[in-house]
Amino acid sequence: MRRIAWTHYAAPQTFYGLAGVCWKPLALLALALALAGMWVGFMVAPADAQQGEGYRIIFVHVPVSWMSMIIYLAMAFWGVVCLVFRARMAGMLSQALAPTGALFAFLSLWTGALWGKPMWGAWWVWDARLTSELILFFLYIGFIALTSAIQDPRRADRAGALVAIVGAVNVPIIYFSVKWWNTLHQGASVSLTRSPSMAQTMLWGMLLMALACWVYTVAIVLYRTRSLILQRERHADWVAQLPELNPGLRP
Amino acid sequence: MRWESWSAFWHMGGYAVYVWGSVGVSFALLGLEAWWARRERERTLAWLRAEQAAHAHDSLGGQP
Repeated sequence: MRRIAWTHYAAPQTFYGLAGVCWKPLALLALALALAGMWVGFMVAPADAQQGEGYRIIFVHVPVSWMSMIIYLAMAFWGVVCLVFRARMAGMLSQALAPTGALFAFLSLWTGALWGKPMWGAWWVWDARLTSELILFFLYIGFIALTSAIQDPRRADRAGALVAIVGAVNVPIIYFSVKWWNTLHQGASVSLTRSPSMAQTMLWGMLLMALACWVYTVAIVLYRTRSLILQRERHADWVAQLPELNPGLRP
Repeated sequence: MRWESWSAFWHMGGYAVYVWGSVGVSFALLGLEAWWARRERERTLAWLRAEQAAHAHDSLGGQP
């Protein structure tokens, strides 16, 4: 079996090229998945017995909430890689992930509030699930503020890695909050250990939307990482020779 | 399709504000994020071109 040369892809130059090839097909795939998910969720899935048509918010709310947690875990993973292996790409990936994670955390709170008002009669309650998700949003903001305040990129990476790793403790708290505490928020709609508590078409709509959010995240993170690579490697010869910086030359 | 009419679809069984408020803001902000990432790349490239041009000028020793 051929060994994959991971260190090869850890070089900014290789990553820049690879990300440049991948981001566009992934963005188109995300769009197609989102259209399919919206179609299934809004045109095929039936109304909910208890919540009527209002339940359709979950086709946005559940995927964005999942992603807000997954992205933070990904940042913590790259944080460990950054601290242990001193890999240059790890810090850039964490920084490219943070804005998208913050956006998903915000959307989780926003769509949750729009669900809570008609169903619970309140935009917001200080419930364990909601509060821990709000803390997650603040962790993203803190990460972005800290890494952009430190001038030296390597020091910014290490400081950010610490915030990402320490803050990751909050993610299982969010996930299990509905089990550990008596919360107003309903339990998990989809679980690994038991069959989903929803109709098949509802589940498909949600999974398609979740997949769309995943692929979107990968596409935008690759795209944003390319800008970060250019900024950090701007004095490297390979950057100076890039066709996008030499409009006269044919690639 | 499970809707009797387009107006029933937009009405969302009385939950229109909440459902479309969720969907609309989510897609709008994701679109805004993509636009912002694109602008960041354009700005980075413009900055590097400017830096390259300045550097090329310096290496000519300031000659015209």
